[in-house]
Amino acid sequence: MEFQNLMIIALGAIFINNFIFSRFLGICPYIGVSKQLDSAIGMGMAVVFVMTLASAVTWLVDHYLLSPLPINVFYRLLTLQQPPDLVFLRTIAFILVIAALVQFVEMVVQKISPSLYNALGIYLPLITTNCAILGVAILNVDTQYSFIESIVHGFSAGVGFTLALILMAGIRERLELAEIPKSLQGIPIAFIMAGLMAMAFLGFSGLKIGM
Amino acid sequence: MSAWKEFSKGFYKQNPVFKQALGLCPTLAVSSSVKNGLGMGLAATFVLICSNALISLIRKSVPNRIRIPIYIVVIATFVTIVDLSMAGFVPDLHKSLGIFVPLIVVNCIILGRAEAFAGKNNVGLAFLDGVGMGLGFTLALCLIGSIREIVGSGSLLGIPVLSASYEPVLMMILPPGAFLTIGFVLGFFNWIENRKKAN
Repeated sequence: MEFQNLMIIALGAIFINNFIFSRFLGICPYIGVSKQLDSAIGMGMAVVFVMTLASAVTWLVDHYLLSPLPINVFYRLLTLQQPPDLVFLRTIAFILVIAALVQFVEMVVQKISPSLYNALGIYLPLITTNCAILGVAILNVDTQYSFIESIVHGFSAGVGFTLALILMAGIRERLELAEIPKSLQGIPIAFIMAGLMAMAFLGFSGLKIGM
Repeated sequence: MSAWKEFSKGFYKQNPVFKQALGLCPTLAVSSSVKNGLGMGLAATFVLICSNALISLIRKSVPNRIRIPIYIVVIATFVTIVDLSMAGFVPDLHKSLGIFVPLIVVNCIILGRAEAFAGKNNVGLAFLDGVGMGLGFTLALCLIGSIREIVGSGSLLGIPVLSASYEPVLMMILPPGAFLTIGFVLGFFNWIENRKKAN
């Protein structure tokens, strides 16, 4: 039962509620980095990595520091009368945690695996302001996912993002050779392509009924 | 004269959405109707004006190396104010904008203006820049929102404007419609620029 539930979350995040085509999160890197297949794969890997980590860390921060639950760290350490409700600090706390996490990941990857760092290097700093990362953290909290569910959701949302990025890069490499009206070249045609692909992805919403 | 220039550049010449391709996520996501677009635009404008003014005030005491984290904290504070006020005063709008209210924090227009303008100019100019850019963003959202609402549901601000025999194109208020509309609107502005250059 548990496994089936996780599968539904994963399929939902990859196809039905694809971050690009149906939730509109992470459009800036999607348009910016989808010109070549190589950089699209690099960016996608970096996003999957950071999204999974960010889902785990923000879940822990939300449950142990911000939520008014008996497990709240401040409540336990400071022996307060009742658990403090710090939920209003969520946006600030999450964005700081994500910024710090990205910096930390960058340093660790640079030390441990220089080759991975060279592959992901330039994309990592860009990720801090990628709204998909903060978006997945807020969605996890809003839908009240458990710890494991949050990680699965974060990972599969990243996979869905990568899928969209790679599909788009493949098409855009071919568009280079196509004859496009001058006014539509560059970003406009990329949006129109994304619109057509979003129509295709809309077909996956039929799966939702089956589930 | 220069004050007017800083104020007016956001409307067309440096419009954040049409000319700089910034802030595209909220533009796509909340433009299914004019009402949502207007609400989102005004919320972002408030954050932009406040963060621009405050960052300009503290710009001399902010160490250069840690300026980005400081900017983000300033922006996140104002976003929290907007988020909680909207949840209190306009709960319906807050609900239909969903996670895009807290996501104003990572809207690249706001950090972009802090970095490119407010960190280098005095409070008056930074304030005007914030108002202009914010209203330019609102204008862009309303334009795309009205196109999608008229074609997709035959109404404007919830009032029917097309005859009852008009069959609404449902696709336009679904996600693909957002991508198609913004693609063609950007193409239209490119076309105008190209014609200007040709003359």
